[in-house]
Amino acid sequence: MSAEIADAPPARSTRTQRVVLQVVLAVLALAMIYPLLWMFMSSLRENDSIFSDASLALRNLTFDNYVRGWDAQQFPFSRYFVNSIVVTTAVILANVVACSLTAFAFARMSFRMKPVLMAVMLMTIMLPEHVTIVPQYVLFSELGWLNTFLPLTIPKLFATEAFFVFLIIQFMRGIPQEIDEAAAIDGCGPFATYRRIMLPLITPALATTAIFSFIWTWNDFFRPLIFLTDNSLFTVPLAVRLFVDIGGTDWGALFAMSILSLVPIFLFFVFGQRYLIRGIATTGLK
Amino acid sequence: MENATGAAPSRPGSRIHRRRAALAPYAFLTPWLLGLLVFVLGPMAASLYLSLTDYNFLQPPTFLGFDNYIRMFTSDPRYLKSVQVTALYVAVSVPLQLIFALGLALLLDRAIKGASIYRAVFYLPSLIGTSVAVAVLWRTVFGQDGLVNAALGVIGIESTTSWVGSPDTALLTLIALNVWTFGSPMIIFLAGLRQIPRSYYEAAEVDGAGAVRRFASITIPLLTPIVFFNLILQTIYAFQAFVPAYIVSNGQGGPADSTLFYTLYLYQQGFTNFQMGYASAMAWTLLVAIALVTGLNFLLSRYWVFYADGAR
Repeated sequence: MSAEIADAPPARSTRTQRVVLQVVLAVLALAMIYPLLWMFMSSLRENDSIFSDASLALRNLTFDNYVRGWDAQQFPFSRYFVNSIVVTTAVILANVVACSLTAFAFARMSFRMKPVLMAVMLMTIMLPEHVTIVPQYVLFSELGWLNTFLPLTIPKLFATEAFFVFLIIQFMRGIPQEIDEAAAIDGCGPFATYRRIMLPLITPALATTAIFSFIWTWNDFFRPLIFLTDNSLFTVPLAVRLFVDIGGTDWGALFAMSILSLVPIFLFFVFGQRYLIRGIATTGLK
Repeated sequence: MENATGAAPSRPGSRIHRRRAALAPYAFLTPWLLGLLVFVLGPMAASLYLSLTDYNFLQPPTFLGFDNYIRMFTSDPRYLKSVQVTALYVAVSVPLQLIFALGLALLLDRAIKGASIYRAVFYLPSLIGTSVAVAVLWRTVFGQDGLVNAALGVIGIESTTSWVGSPDTALLTLIALNVWTFGSPMIIFLAGLRQIPRSYYEAAEVDGAGAVRRFASITIPLLTPIVFFNLILQTIYAFQAFVPAYIVSNGQGGPADSTLFYTLYLYQQGFTNFQMGYASAMAWTLLVAIALVTGLNFLLSRYWVFYADGAR
């Protein structure tokens, strides 16, 4: 499936069609992002005026929620951000290295077990994590890894995110086989071919992998919820949830920290949109 | 599929060289193979065994046979409720999500100003749809004083319902959330639409086919493989939805178990009640259910998915 969405010739439309289309799209787009914009504006309002103001008007704005929210939990949010950054950075590095190694073998080398192993790899993409989570919990408990970041990061060193293996394979298939053959004639072994020839050529796929790794890991709630019970180790989503736990919620502070939790994703989205779109179009990752 | 033809260097020479070349792929695959054994296949085997036991994590498992599976379907009303909630969620939200995705993809496929901005705006919710922040947002938007009631007020309908707090509507809000994340299937539809050769349309136009006819006879049939692909993926994702239900209901699945998603109940059983044998049995039942639904989709696809090369 081609991923070059922007370059293909689009369908033609008449002038009135275009105007109607613009209006329809604008209304829909606004409706879709309205809740997010409202949350942003609410994060800048006093608690008692949040629900009386469904508009996005720029009045009575204050940063109090951010100041209060930052220290509202047992630890300041800087702690939770550092935790999330440590985990996501480790996952990105692990995924990029491990998944590209695995993909190289599947996409560029031939071996007898390939069809079987490839099928197994593809099937693991569809496997719900719930099927492995209980024994993983037991395993990590035996290893003394509960309440550490190891259960969230170490498995990624072993290319357990098969989605990315698939994504990189798809990308490598577009690279002419002659390049590997030329490298081999010049005396490159397989590893040198991987590292010196292939890695530079697949940087767009690695960027896609890195960006999705970031967003999924940053957003992940299920695994941290299970493996981390010590508040000092909480990642940002767990910390945001703590607001919901307390009765009589401080909505302003909750929204402020929710917005902050989304900022890194917005940044990755803005700067990585091209790679995200391509990743989606080729593999259907979410 | 196959375009890798013996990438191993064909260095002239000894058997050792050839053997080393034959082993090279496995060297590359070692981390993945280890991970597969330790974190996937091993745990799968273990959870299959645990699903046949009573296991509370503190004492060693005691073997029960199929009791967990029998209990699920015969004497656990909450389990059956979670199946019902999840089935409804999947059956309603996935088709709606795909309809939105296809509709918007068709609109964005036309030459219009700002198409890339619209694409970005429509896609953004897909990225953050499973985040805690958005689930929290949903909780308030559909709350008693939330945006939805405010919007209804604007068009003259006074509503004081808490949409997330009422058993009749709580699931609807989560369905709405899933529909809201139609951006990722939309992108796949867009890529699919751009694959259809424009010459087909031109030829049809020459033959006098109107816009509706062209849409029905060219666009739709050629897009069915993409519809199928999206249907399979989004169904699998929807079966596993967890975060929104957890946040909206404080991890309880309420009100009145109306948002007790399958994975949420599995989490409760496994990690708050420490009924890990039962949770494992639930996980395997989920896997079988997903496999069955996917298999059924593949069977049914014979009747509606059209492959241009005639393959079935």
